Amino acid sequence: MAGHFEPLEGGGAAVALDEVEISILRSLTQQLAELIGPGEEPAEDDDPLASLFTEGPSEPPSDPALQRLFPDAYGDPEKPDKDDEELRGYSAEFRRFTENDLRGRKRTDALHVIRSLDVLAAEGEGGGVLKLTADESRQWLGTLNDLRLTIGTRLEVGDEDENGELYRLPDSDPRKPMVMAYLWLGALQETLVETLMP
Amino acid sequence: MSVAPSEITRPEAAEETFAVPEPDVPWVTIVHNDPVNLMSYVTYVFQSYFGYSKEIAQKLMMDVHHKGRAVVSSGTREAMERDVQAMHEYGLWATLQQDRD
Repeated sequence: MAGHFEPLEGGGAAVALDEVEISILRSLTQQLAELIGPGEEPAEDDDPLASLFTEGPSEPPSDPALQRLFPDAYGDPEKPDKDDEELRGYSAEFRRFTENDLRGRKRTDALHVIRSLDVLAAEGEGGGVLKLTADESRQWLGTLNDLRLTIGTRLEVGDEDENGELYRLPDSDPRKPMVMAYLWLGALQETLVETLMP
Repeated sequence: MSVAPSEITRPEAAEETFAVPEPDVPWVTIVHNDPVNLMSYVTYVFQSYFGYSKEIAQKLMMDVHHKGRAVVSSGTREAMERDVQAMHEYGLWATLQQDRD
């Protein structure tokens, strides 16, 4: 899997993807979109406008990957025992007013990524060259980062010097395919960032 | 001429525990280190969201990487909440606090 983004003249980026790569990216992004979900939504028989006024959750998500995507806004993560009632209250309030919106944005980006992969897959068998505008590149960049945060949390990726074992897993290890995907997504993101650098 | 107070009135106990706002102490946005985010991506976010030069963005990114955290902006609480929300949208791990340190 050697897919690397290259800058396009006049802005945007392009990457060659074969059908296996398209299928892996699509599957991972689909899982991400499902994990992020729409958040709390009013029941179907409610006034459709009600969703505009629905408050988000006040408690952090229980899934560790979602906790990383939607962290507390207040409190010192290095001194969690110093957290007090007041800071937890601020975090809860911030979450109520921002989390649903943030979930919606991340989900929208992920769905755009899925759509562009479907268009590419429909254009021809065996894959092709995916071309992104600068705006699409930013959506891809966000989704690639969310994917890496999610997979990195699942794999319990640590600081640079702590991942020796993870990166040298035997082929028989069930985590191996996910580690390969994680490293590949890192290369995709790294090369996509380069095309967007101001 | 001024009249010396005959007695210093002490606030009620309940009032003493009420948090007094400190309008003069600015709030700051802090970005925390995490093992997943790419150094190039963090630099990109600091440049594109805050409009920092490449040099400043890279210095802040290295502070996050080596010191575990960096103050990336300061201002009113409302402005810092907006910055923290934006950092979360980019997938960076950020919090805000009053700059008492």
